[in-house]
Amino acid sequence: MIRLQYFARYRETLGLDSEQLEWNPAWGQVADLRDTLLARGGAWQVLAEQNLMCARNDEMCALDEPLADGDEVAFFPTVTGG
Amino acid sequence: MTVRVQQAAFDPGAELNALHAANLGIGAVVGFVGYVRDFNDGQEVAGMLLEHAPGMTEKALGKIIVEAEQRWPLLRLEILHRVGRLEPGEPIVFVGAASAHREAAFDACRFVMDYLKTRAPFWKKEDTAEGARWVEGRASDQAAAQRWGEG
Repeated sequence: MIRLQYFARYRETLGLDSEQLEWNPAWGQVADLRDTLLARGGAWQVLAEQNLMCARNDEMCALDEPLADGDEVAFFPTVTGG
Repeated sequence: MTVRVQQAAFDPGAELNALHAANLGIGAVVGFVGYVRDFNDGQEVAGMLLEHAPGMTEKALGKIIVEAEQRWPLLRLEILHRVGRLEPGEPIVFVGAASAHREAAFDACRFVMDYLKTRAPFWKKEDTAEGARWVEGRASDQAAAQRWGEG
């Protein structure tokens, strides 16, 4: 099982703040999981943005971060705090 | 060394004074305060909503503090960031660094802000006359963070 979270503009565009997906052994890294989401089409294309950011288990990571069953993954646009 | 993420307003002067309290080894305190402006990207801003990622936020800020402590001899380092609804003129963020001498305090304060801007999960949504809009990240912020090198 993978728990997914979407923040800020992505959450609004997708109309979804979180979801859970059954684990797929083909997800070697975060990028593979993103590909699965992109294949949903429509609004999900927002995850193709070049400046997309992501996190695994509450720590920001790159798209080539390895993924394992039970992980939590978040996708979000460039941060704008401060 | 503390990290606070809160909705409540804060007093920047009180935060700055608290940094050198009860530590006579501190010879330099540098503080940064970020405020909500009433104008951005060509439009008047009536206020903003600051979203964050609970759990991830504290971890990200804690990591920035650890990295600053590894780079400079700091005696105190504080990050205070507000979330939720904010009005123009209100403080958003406070970063305070205390050290024996000024150089470490100046540099650490700037470093923490530069990293916070690009590595902490906060997002601003501004209210304008044309409706609410998400603030987009700036290339200048990425460049400022990169100046410190990867670490």
